[in-house]
Amino acid sequence: MCTLEQRGRVFVLTLTGDGEHRLGIPLMASIRSALSSVAAQAAQDGPGAALVTVAEGRFFSNGLDIGWVGTSRARLTELIDALRPVAADLLALPMPTVAAVTGHASAGGFLLALCHDYRVMRADRGVLYMSEVDLGFPLPPYFMALLRAKITAAQALRDVVLRGARIRAPQAKEMGIVDVVCPGAPETVAEPLKLAEQLAARKWDGAVYSAIRISMFPDACMSVGIVQGSDEDKARNFGSRL
Amino acid sequence: MDTGSLCTVERRGRVHLITITGAGEHRLGLPLISALRAAVAGARASPGAGALVLAAEGKYFSNGFDQAWARTVPLHLQVSMSEGFRGLLADLLALPMPTVAAVTGHAAAAGCALALAHDTVVMRASRGFLYMSEVDAGIKIVDYFAELLRQKVPDAATRRDMLLAGRKMTAAEAVRRGVVDAAADGGVEDVVAAAVAAAEGLAARGWDGEVVAEIRKAMWPAVWGKVKDYGGAETAAAARPRL
Repeated sequence: MCTLEQRGRVFVLTLTGDGEHRLGIPLMASIRSALSSVAAQAAQDGPGAALVTVAEGRFFSNGLDIGWVGTSRARLTELIDALRPVAADLLALPMPTVAAVTGHASAGGFLLALCHDYRVMRADRGVLYMSEVDLGFPLPPYFMALLRAKITAAQALRDVVLRGARIRAPQAKEMGIVDVVCPGAPETVAEPLKLAEQLAARKWDGAVYSAIRISMFPDACMSVGIVQGSDEDKARNFGSRL
Repeated sequence: MDTGSLCTVERRGRVHLITITGAGEHRLGLPLISALRAAVAGARASPGAGALVLAAEGKYFSNGFDQAWARTVPLHLQVSMSEGFRGLLADLLALPMPTVAAVTGHAAAAGCALALAHDTVVMRASRGFLYMSEVDAGIKIVDYFAELLRQKVPDAATRRDMLLAGRKMTAAEAVRRGVVDAAADGGVEDVVAAAVAAAEGLAARGWDGEVVAEIRKAMWPAVWGKVKDYGGAETAAAARPRL
């Protein structure tokens, strides 16, 4: 399903195995459990940590476990509802996050990658693909809120959502969706780890980092169920470390 | 006209130029915020003024809120500083003439927000950077700051680099990424001259000032919504200096 390891100040969450890493109830529960451990460990360790999410095999994630859903509306709703708190956990995570897009990322899998602060993607293989328009599914509101928050160029958003574009890494970078393009698989793991170490070395206070991220994407965070701190709390936090 | 010694005001043709004075960091404490609000109100009242330029002397445009002072005073005074700044942004957003920021030096945190709250931003090419220092300083970002950044820096990756990675952005990068409109070569005076020239060009369009203000507020509804109760037309009248 997934493993979690700590390499210095960098936490590495790996979606294991050669499969599609379909987001079913068990995998999403494992991811939530791992993220919870990461947050707890970071609280103990103090400022200066980062997360990298990586996947083995040909897929980053091919989305929700549609196979398990079959024709059941109820099951589809259950999976959509289960991904929402995973997104919330990532958006609230008290450290910088990097997605190592080592393979195809479709629908919910694309969304998972978007929930990270940075995306590194391999150039030689794999596409980003919001398949819903092709499959005939409307997008859940929190999906759209996240897409609108993270894909800010109007034409890019249209191509992703309304055109079902299958986007390779170089184009994704031009569209502002991906930050770094790597030639192949090994670099697509090494670069995110390096980036994560650099980010961890900035020693940002995790709670502050998380709060700033939430204030950057208030609509998306609200749509996944994150409650923002009040401005009074933030004013109280005004005392600077400078 | 001198509004205390914290900023000067002069007219250059149709341009109302406000310059934050002195060689220091131009920290936005209650005194400077009040002086700036008075100067902006003066622009609003000045006959024939067709555009506003805000500039600064020295190495800094503004290095942000007066944190040193804020640490020593009770919460309600810190809140006054923050609310006063909200009012200044409201005054700028409601100003019935085009506005140009001449970022003559470093603009950090609230100083960066102040620069970006203008319609046009001209930045010194050779020196100085925009820097949202909050993440490095361990300070959370209040909603109207975040909203201002969201509306003025729509590109998600650029905004992430500024807010979540504390990027120090020089003029060249800021122009390339669409954060500012132009970079001006030379020293402080050259940047001011470039900003004044841009402002004069805008003033020459002869736009109805009230219409400019209404269009601007409609362009930035979320920011306006968060600052309008602290300034803008009504309170600007109250802030007018007594000559």
